[in-house]
Amino acid sequence: MSAVLDPHGHGAADHGHDDHHGAPHGWKRWVYATNHKDIGTLYLLFAFTMLIIGGVLALLIRAELFQPGLQFVNPELFNQFTTMHGLIMVFGAIMPAFVGFANWMIPLQIGAADMAFARMNNFSFWLMIPAALMLAGSFFMPGGAPAAGWTIYAPLTLQMGPSMDAAIFALHLLGASSIMGSINIIVTILNMRAPGMTLMKMPMFVWTWLITAYLLIAVMPVLAGAITMTLTDRHFGTTFFNPAGGGDPVMYQHIFWFFGHPEVYIMILPAFGIISQIVPAFSRKKLFGYASMVYATSSIAILSFIVWAHHMYTTGMPVTGQLFFMYATMLISVPTGVKVFNWIATMWKGSMTFETPMLFAVGFIFVFTMGGFTGLILSMAPIDLQLQDGYYVVAHFHYVLVAGSLFTMFAGYYYWAPKWTGVMYNETLGKIHFWWTLISFNVTFFPMHFLGLAGMPRRYADYPMQFADFNALASVGAFAFGIAQVFFFFFIVLPGMRGKGQAAPQRPWEAAEGLEWEVPSPAPFHTFDTPPKLNKDANRIIA
Amino acid sequence: MNHILKKLETALLALAVLGANAAWAVNDLPGGPAVRQLNLHPPVTKIAEEQVWLHWFMLIICTVIFVAVFGVMFYSIWKHRKSVGHKSANFHESVKVEIAWTVVPFIIVILMALPATKAVVASKDTSNAELTIKVTGYQWKWGYDYIKGEGEGIGFISTLDNAQREMSNSGKPEPTDDYLLKVDNPLVVPVGKKIRIITTSNDVIHSFAVNSFGIKQDAIPGFVRDTWFRAEQTGDFRGQCQELCGKEHAYMPIHVKVVSAEDYTAWVAAETKKMAAKQDDPSKVWTLAELTKKGEKVYAANCAACHQPNGKGAGPIKALDGAAVVLDADAGKQINVLLNGQNVAMPAWKQLSDTEIAAVISFTKNSWSNQTGQLVQPADVRAARQ
Repeated sequence: MSAVLDPHGHGAADHGHDDHHGAPHGWKRWVYATNHKDIGTLYLLFAFTMLIIGGVLALLIRAELFQPGLQFVNPELFNQFTTMHGLIMVFGAIMPAFVGFANWMIPLQIGAADMAFARMNNFSFWLMIPAALMLAGSFFMPGGAPAAGWTIYAPLTLQMGPSMDAAIFALHLLGASSIMGSINIIVTILNMRAPGMTLMKMPMFVWTWLITAYLLIAVMPVLAGAITMTLTDRHFGTTFFNPAGGGDPVMYQHIFWFFGHPEVYIMILPAFGIISQIVPAFSRKKLFGYASMVYATSSIAILSFIVWAHHMYTTGMPVTGQLFFMYATMLISVPTGVKVFNWIATMWKGSMTFETPMLFAVGFIFVFTMGGFTGLILSMAPIDLQLQDGYYVVAHFHYVLVAGSLFTMFAGYYYWAPKWTGVMYNETLGKIHFWWTLISFNVTFFPMHFLGLAGMPRRYADYPMQFADFNALASVGAFAFGIAQVFFFFFIVLPGMRGKGQAAPQRPWEAAEGLEWEVPSPAPFHTFDTPPKLNKDANRIIA
Repeated sequence: MNHILKKLETALLALAVLGANAAWAVNDLPGGPAVRQLNLHPPVTKIAEEQVWLHWFMLIICTVIFVAVFGVMFYSIWKHRKSVGHKSANFHESVKVEIAWTVVPFIIVILMALPATKAVVASKDTSNAELTIKVTGYQWKWGYDYIKGEGEGIGFISTLDNAQREMSNSGKPEPTDDYLLKVDNPLVVPVGKKIRIITTSNDVIHSFAVNSFGIKQDAIPGFVRDTWFRAEQTGDFRGQCQELCGKEHAYMPIHVKVVSAEDYTAWVAAETKKMAAKQDDPSKVWTLAELTKKGEKVYAANCAACHQPNGKGAGPIKALDGAAVVLDADAGKQINVLLNGQNVAMPAWKQLSDTEIAAVISFTKNSWSNQTGQLVQPADVRAARQ
């Protein structure tokens, strides 16, 4: 088997070999990085940094909302916090983190030597740095950060200061980065699979990313169009969205959500892929209904293009429009349900153990499904009239984005980090992280359902006093949740990066399948220099 | 249902973390939020009733499915563990099962869609209204104009009580039942009549919502949208702006007063009289004392939220006290700012009357350390408008 591996490279620590094979030294290794593993690491570190920045903003919001009255910030700054929290988390944390996972795992899972376009890969990472600096730095621009919400609805955007332009530019850069990343992923998956790995034998994570990459290429240009029109409205006298010149503010919402709803699935489909690999591994049983999982993922992706206006029930659509978008949205619950049923059927009659990756995976299925059900309730236009733009919506999308995307990333980290770092994390600390995160998450966001039903609008810096108790509870939960992630970094991630801990075996998980477990831990700098020969199921190397 | 809710409420109360706030002496606000409210508002229209029913219907179905599905999962977690010696089975496919759990949810979804469709169609039928009111969103207040039906011609602006806005800024608001929900002029409508609400906006998108009525309709600049309600009981009902509209988004509440037909007729009569009295002769020449007295009220209702009662502004909001444009001998500059807005922070105030603008300018020119002695007459404002 070692024939397929790079004979020289034994991880980052092993310098001094032929330049072509070993890891380059110092800062050049990262700035000029073309190795998919290094770029994956960069993406993940970047995303975690942004998660912390976005998290601090979230805690500032929760601190202000702990009690009625304005104690810490004025409403203007509060709006900047909510806006930047959303933008940073969506574009800076969740999306790049999944690209990081893709970079690390896709070549390893399909038996490819690297990503197809190594230099473009480097460029798509480094484009994000100026974008992130512009986003985070917008607080220091005249007039402060954009305060029009992460959805940057016109015509409120026309009233924003110069930081709005910086944010638009930053989103353009992040969009270009995402498109390049997606092209890279698609080309890699379609052209660089090891011989014998047919499409229907690919690991689920690769499948979900392939579909996600197509979604990204389809919708990022739409966002680019919307924000470019916003830019020209602001500076060049056009009136696409400005009613004063005959423009239509609702058109902005249509364009934005035509991007925005597929975006929701961009942030969750790779998560489905990670779960579909972890659940079978710890159930010691093959994934139930592999083919139907692929079809369900594709159906979700296609349906995601025809449901956008369920974000806009209160704009005053004609009755037929409202009915169409309501039916289409409710339909999405069918393929999503299929996925949940498949995961549970995979667990059924398995031989389960509950290491941290599995805990996060089961936690994900449980809590994400709650978010799915509130989504179904919100899809009903008449109920949405009560809940639109309120805290019920806030609760719903944090259940699917935090308990959905973020929990899976933790699951994926615990699952694959032994392969990345070469050391095992501490199982006890991992379990503490899981329970702490799960409980504080629910303490934070469950009360928000009640606040929403009672009519508390979102993006409010201050609120009627009847809402005080649940807000206090949510704030307490939020701080606990935040501290849990600091704990994660210092007690799980940092020891891993320093190589402290028990050495990880090549196969840390008894029943985990896939080519990534065919290479040693830590994965050598170069893997699969020559295409491996695979068994019938394309999950083991036979020569 | 209420019984279950009460129990849930008690359980939640037991959470000790609530201690800090539970001591606050705040009561339920009828027609507005209740303390630790767990469910939708008690409905006062047929549509809202339908929504509450639909929500229960959905919640029960979803809970049953949730419990069933996760019952299976936790049973499996309990029984099919390696630590209890369970050996994994080998199956990983079953077309029959897959078809079943695609078709059954599909049928359930269709069953859910049927009652929802009925409610959507009903909520969209704005025909045959007995009273039509135009609601205009301003940054950050609501304008109400009665345009058809009894009370036609009445129009006024509704603003959050400035004392409450001040309390919010202080960071230590007194326990108040209608905190951030008290306005100077509530929208008054008769009970049992079909009211059509037409929404539009003067600047950015706002959203007009009253939970008890089950209505929420965005107010979009340059466009007209409509919704309707027929309140079935009298009382005070509250709502808040639901679409992010800038800095004071949290401070533009909605208060609808539903009154009996007789009370409504009496209110219309009084309001018409008041409007006639307010109709000031725009060519009337005012004295400085009259203008500053009126201007003080206009300032408190419209300007104090941002510029502060002491005229010092705050943060990005410019001070008026000692400001060059206020002290300038040419009042035209300040009139221009009020009519057209300035930069991004200062909106245009052209919806105020000539007299109100003249009064508030005169007030700022003669308050705090500004003692210019200048006064602006309504006629000056009128000239500037043209």
